[in-house]
Amino acid sequence: MRVREKVIYEYSHPGRGASDQWPHDPGQAALSDLPATLRRTRAPELPEVGELETVRHFTRLSQLNFSIDTHFYPLGSCTMKYNPRACNQYAMLPELLARHPLAPESHGQGFLACMYELQEMLKAVSGMEGVALSPMAGAHGEFAGVAMIRAYHRARGDLARNEIIVPEAAHGTNPATATMCGCVVREIPVDAQGDVVLQALKAAVGPNTAGIMLTNPSTLGVFERHIVEVARIVHEAGGLLYYDGANLNAILGKVRPGDMGFDVIHMNLHKTFSTPHGGGGPGAGAVGVGARLLPFMPIPIVGKDGERYRWLAESDLPQSIGRLSAFMGNAGVLLRAYIYMRLLGREGMRRVGEYATLNANYLLKRLQAAGFDAAYPQRRASHEFIVTLRRQARELNVTAMDFAKRLLDYGFHAPTTYFPLLVPECLLIEPTETESKDVLDAFVTAMSQIQKEAEQEPGRVTSAPHTMPVRRLDDVRAARQLDLTWKPTAQP
Amino acid sequence: MAFIPHTEADVAQMLAAIGVKRIEDLFDEIPAQLRVKSLAGVPEELNEMEIGRLMSERARSDGVALSFLGAGAYEHHIPAAVWAITTRGEFYSSYTPYQAEASQGTLQLIYEFQTMIARLTGMEVSNASMYDGASAMAEAALMAVRANRKSKSARILVPTTVHPHYRRVAVVAASNQGLKFEELPYGAAEGSTPAAALAKYEGEDVTALVIQQPNFFGRLEDVDALTDWAHARGSLVIAVVNPTSLAVLKPPGEWGARGADIAVGEGQPLGVPLSSGGPYFGFMTTRMQHVRQMPGRLVGRTLDAAGHEGFTLTLQAREQHIRRARATSNICTNQGLLVTAATIYLSLMGPQGMARTAASAHARARELVAALMRVPGVRLAFAGAYFHEAVLQLDRPVAPVLKALAARGILGGLDLSAYYPELGAALLVCATETKSAADIERYRATLQDAMQAVRAA
Repeated sequence: MRVREKVIYEYSHPGRGASDQWPHDPGQAALSDLPATLRRTRAPELPEVGELETVRHFTRLSQLNFSIDTHFYPLGSCTMKYNPRACNQYAMLPELLARHPLAPESHGQGFLACMYELQEMLKAVSGMEGVALSPMAGAHGEFAGVAMIRAYHRARGDLARNEIIVPEAAHGTNPATATMCGCVVREIPVDAQGDVVLQALKAAVGPNTAGIMLTNPSTLGVFERHIVEVARIVHEAGGLLYYDGANLNAILGKVRPGDMGFDVIHMNLHKTFSTPHGGGGPGAGAVGVGARLLPFMPIPIVGKDGERYRWLAESDLPQSIGRLSAFMGNAGVLLRAYIYMRLLGREGMRRVGEYATLNANYLLKRLQAAGFDAAYPQRRASHEFIVTLRRQARELNVTAMDFAKRLLDYGFHAPTTYFPLLVPECLLIEPTETESKDVLDAFVTAMSQIQKEAEQEPGRVTSAPHTMPVRRLDDVRAARQLDLTWKPTAQP
Repeated sequence: MAFIPHTEADVAQMLAAIGVKRIEDLFDEIPAQLRVKSLAGVPEELNEMEIGRLMSERARSDGVALSFLGAGAYEHHIPAAVWAITTRGEFYSSYTPYQAEASQGTLQLIYEFQTMIARLTGMEVSNASMYDGASAMAEAALMAVRANRKSKSARILVPTTVHPHYRRVAVVAASNQGLKFEELPYGAAEGSTPAAALAKYEGEDVTALVIQQPNFFGRLEDVDALTDWAHARGSLVIAVVNPTSLAVLKPPGEWGARGADIAVGEGQPLGVPLSSGGPYFGFMTTRMQHVRQMPGRLVGRTLDAAGHEGFTLTLQAREQHIRRARATSNICTNQGLLVTAATIYLSLMGPQGMARTAASAHARARELVAALMRVPGVRLAFAGAYFHEAVLQLDRPVAPVLKALAARGILGGLDLSAYYPELGAALLVCATETKSAADIERYRATLQDAMQAVRAA
């Protein structure tokens, strides 16, 4: 049954409140020294609600969400694997939560040890020479990476290099990052098998090439087989290679970006290293660099002198691109990644890539056997793969979005839809290594059921979802009649 | 196998379905010379009991000091309900609400957050968060350049009373796009930005003026005069504000005759633990006329196919996954879980709780300053009102004094000598509602001892 949960302001009553949470009232005299012209004259309109009402409201809201803890969540390119509870519990020990970011190193050796060891472990699994932890999301890591590439060329007096090459299937963050770094984007095509067209790459590189941004395995769910050749072409042209670590889960413990020839990478710790996605963050986008970019890493970084850990600052790294956050990036996320890596250990790292790949290839084969079309049927899946529903859209008028919405009714979060843009009517499906065979089998059964519905009663699919708190939402209305904050009288 | 549920029988059946003999065969498209030879840098695995013990030992060794540090990260009481709900799996382990129908909880929560932050700042619209306060200020500068179409200079004036780390982050984030940040000096006596600092920009093209309130020294800027100066000359105003202070201080939407154009800040004081610097979240609000220049996610209320209200991501055409190289920012994943915590925090505090927290922090800071001024060799650096932190000057070097305090379990504040060498032996101290009279007295007595132990300069 659809029950609307009120907006919290609708529970508000003047004078009500969770007063047990408030400090004692210091009285009006406490503010007497503040000039009247700088004072607030009307209290901010915040809800006035009791503690139980608040707890109940937000608990109810939580229950309107799909999540990894409640549902299979095969959102391609997002690596929605299990987030071990231990990572949360031990990152939230009281001493760790209470530590101020500017507390002296003498009061943070335990914390700094975790950060230092995390840097070392990330170096080992990525094959890079240095790691900096402060970028706060994948896109932030991309920014740091491209800024380092620019700084490298500038330091060599190579000032013309302002072009970043990206394959047409790249994540949107890649071209957006290039722009933020003041670069010009050049897109190159991929071939029918999903590999970069080398002729196009050769034609694109030149004296203006700053570098190339690649995801490998690519957003098409396949490994770039010409990677060694790509690296040679770009390096010979004087450019550097940037690795977008969005898909690192596919190859963790099996292949390292550093060995493929990449000069700089970011790793999405909220994907590969299982820190929570939190309904849209916080992420963490640690960057790794090869020898050439070591001097340019963003600060702060944790260094070790003998047995003491300490922050490296701009005085230690005078060529650093500088500071990206007020303090140390998403430190608590980094602690969770650290705990996860220690729980997995060396062998566990290998198993991530292996079982993520096993699950994806198994699910792909089962879906193909059930009659679905793979976008790249001649290729191995990496940790994810693309199914195209072009045929269903043409013959049955049932689209990838319809399948996605109907999957919700079957208790599965939808895969990524309509990305990459290169493949029409696509579902990008990433099961991750933490899902059991039973879950994958159940997903195949649901997809087959939906296919049957699409053939026999397509309206059931095109009008889905039917069991969610809301039906399909009017996005056009949302954008045309903007309602971005609650107002006492307004109705949508 | 840690977090992998497969039995041997599962693996055998799965391999048979794929048509390969070993898992290894699934990697046959990867050139053989690229395969990993050694992961020696990663230690052997620990089980949960072992990692629990290791983390507890490390946490214990760091301990919990009595802290008077502020400088952009503030200790406040966090109601138990905040993180008990925030870490529910349905919030903790979901992602960006791309499938709106299966994410109404997160979407409605963000809509409520947008409302609360807009009300707190006195602005019309808020986004769903930026990474932190510093990166939010950098994004605001970039946004101002897009929004101020009459200005061609991409020149941003930033008082030196703005947090030094924020100023540094802005330069790193925006200088590759041609933004020029120019610093305004502060008045030596009052520690705030005097109108005279702006005189040299008379008649020049300035895209935006940044104003931090309270400023890095804890002092209050004359926000009305600065805002009106900027608006009279076609410049936009970017407010950098502490959200706790907004319960008692004039919100940016009411600064000067027309109000600030963009307001940003660090959201950490709203229910987020200090946690060595993160994860925190930045907030950003603006006027409706600039909403399409805003970076980051936005949630809107709309109707579903049955005519019922619901929530969805909106104005996505500004964002990287649609507009790619022409997006307003590359930001994608932001700080959703911290927004969850802040929304619950603001609900529990309400207008009364926020006002009490702000007033109480202010009162404690005044008590702290009064107590420390009784220690010989300590003086207040600047005249005039401050919010919940203040700059003290000592008659001897700060570093050894802080070290002596730390040895006795007190973090006495931030040594400013690296940031503002012209202030000499200067120390930024902070107190909030979490400090008791006994805590303040302990600091005073310990400081008195520590000062005696360190020879005067």
